[in-house]
Amino acid sequence: MSFLEIDHVHHTYFTKTSATTALSDVSIDIEEGEFISFLGPSGCGKTTLLSIIAGLIQPTQGKVYLEKNPIDQSSYKIGYMLQQDYLFPWKTIEDNILLGLKLSDQLTAENKQYTLELLSKMGLNGVEKQYPKQLSGGMRQRVALVRTLATEPKILMLDEPFSALDYQTKLKLEDLVSNTLKAFGKTAILVTHDIGESIAMSDRVYLFAANPGRVHKVFSIPDELRKLTPFNARNHEQYTNIFQMIWKEVESLYAR
Amino acid sequence: MQDNQTNLLHQKYIDSLKREKKWVRFYQILIFILFFSLWELASQRNWVDPLIFSSPSKIFGLLLTKIQDGTLIANTGITLMETVFGFILGTFLGTLLAAILWWSPFLSKVLDPYLVVLNSMPKVALGPILIVALSPGLTSVIAMGAIISIIITTIVIYTAFKEVDPNYLKVLQTFGATRLQCFREAILPACFPTIISTLKVNVGLSWVGVIVGEFLVASKGLGYMIIYGFQVFNFTLVLLSLLVIAVFATLMYQLVDYIEKKLIKSQ
Repeated sequence: MSFLEIDHVHHTYFTKTSATTALSDVSIDIEEGEFISFLGPSGCGKTTLLSIIAGLIQPTQGKVYLEKNPIDQSSYKIGYMLQQDYLFPWKTIEDNILLGLKLSDQLTAENKQYTLELLSKMGLNGVEKQYPKQLSGGMRQRVALVRTLATEPKILMLDEPFSALDYQTKLKLEDLVSNTLKAFGKTAILVTHDIGESIAMSDRVYLFAANPGRVHKVFSIPDELRKLTPFNARNHEQYTNIFQMIWKEVESLYAR
Repeated sequence: MQDNQTNLLHQKYIDSLKREKKWVRFYQILIFILFFSLWELASQRNWVDPLIFSSPSKIFGLLLTKIQDGTLIANTGITLMETVFGFILGTFLGTLLAAILWWSPFLSKVLDPYLVVLNSMPKVALGPILIVALSPGLTSVIAMGAIISIIITTIVIYTAFKEVDPNYLKVLQTFGATRLQCFREAILPACFPTIISTLKVNVGLSWVGVIVGEFLVASKGLGYMIIYGFQVFNFTLVLLSLLVIAVFATLMYQLVDYIEKKLIKSQ
């Protein structure tokens, strides 16, 4: 059995007037330490799937297992990063990054030390007592990453975390996130609609189709690219080939 | 050379701002003086009935006597105390009620029509019932000052609670936060500015509640002074009480406004 197993998940949203199937029969296996991308247009259920994996919503059918345990019992082992940083503006950076530890009653001196070291590893020194609005967008997203990593989650979910940033900051952060997660050996799932980003960052790309949301095709990224940082991967000759391959599939999805 | 010119223009701009401010002040004071002198003059020349409209000099005379015999200070103190308790209690209970509604969406759906009815009803109409239930005195007047603002506070703050970005809750939920933790870490602090600004609105409302309450209880306070002056046809007393209320209501509003600015700034 895999580290994370998504077993025939099916999800429907109900409203008074309609029942919309967001996900139809999705089964995915992810091994420990892998970096996976969910690629697809909006409305293909990517975020719904993340919420199900995180245990935030119950799927209408199917189950998700993390290390063989059904997910609802172990949801705190999952870190979630959103499109925007969602740092609490009335808390200092220090209070923000220690929030997860505080909520799960793990705020020991040792854990606090670990988190503060993590912050300085991200190149953020001397910002502990500042407030989020005093930092730039890229810095804030790095703080959000520290906040997510502070509770030492087994698996990290990144819901388009770079889409609100300018291009330069985005490239730099991609490298930083990729290196950090590799160094910690974390399993990660990245949701994105950016083909290049999914190729540069991950080991495998799941292309989703919409209406209903389902896995359309899986692309394995070759070893040469996996070993490189996202920035360097973008400059590798293999990158263009894969890009073209995925691009054609995406086009065929839209043409239908 | 160019630097000098910029400085000069800047200086001119500052001067023009100062000049404008001076003129605004001048007209404000002018209106004040004109109003009171006209009043005095009209009363002395019998343009208006001095028995009803009194005159500034008579009011000032009464002010001095009432300060000397201590009744004005005692009555003002009581009214101020009732108002402060009233609006703090109203804001607190309103926030508490809003929190309960947020806690249970089912309860909030059930109570929705009742909130609408209670909000539309003129709360001062509850006065007689309150006085009978709580016995005439301080408690029933404070209750009047509070009840007048509770429901509207509940509605405003509950709306603010619901409008907090759900992604903040998502962040907390991924850390396994309970509903109480979500409330304490995200909902309440995010709505703090709203709560402070309702405080400002409630100051004004509580004055209405407390004065009406004192009309009904009629034993102490500035509201009592008004109703007493009315009954013995001493309109100098009525107008004196009115002026004192105007001064203190303004001061209290400014104080809350100042506290609001301080608190928002520290956020």
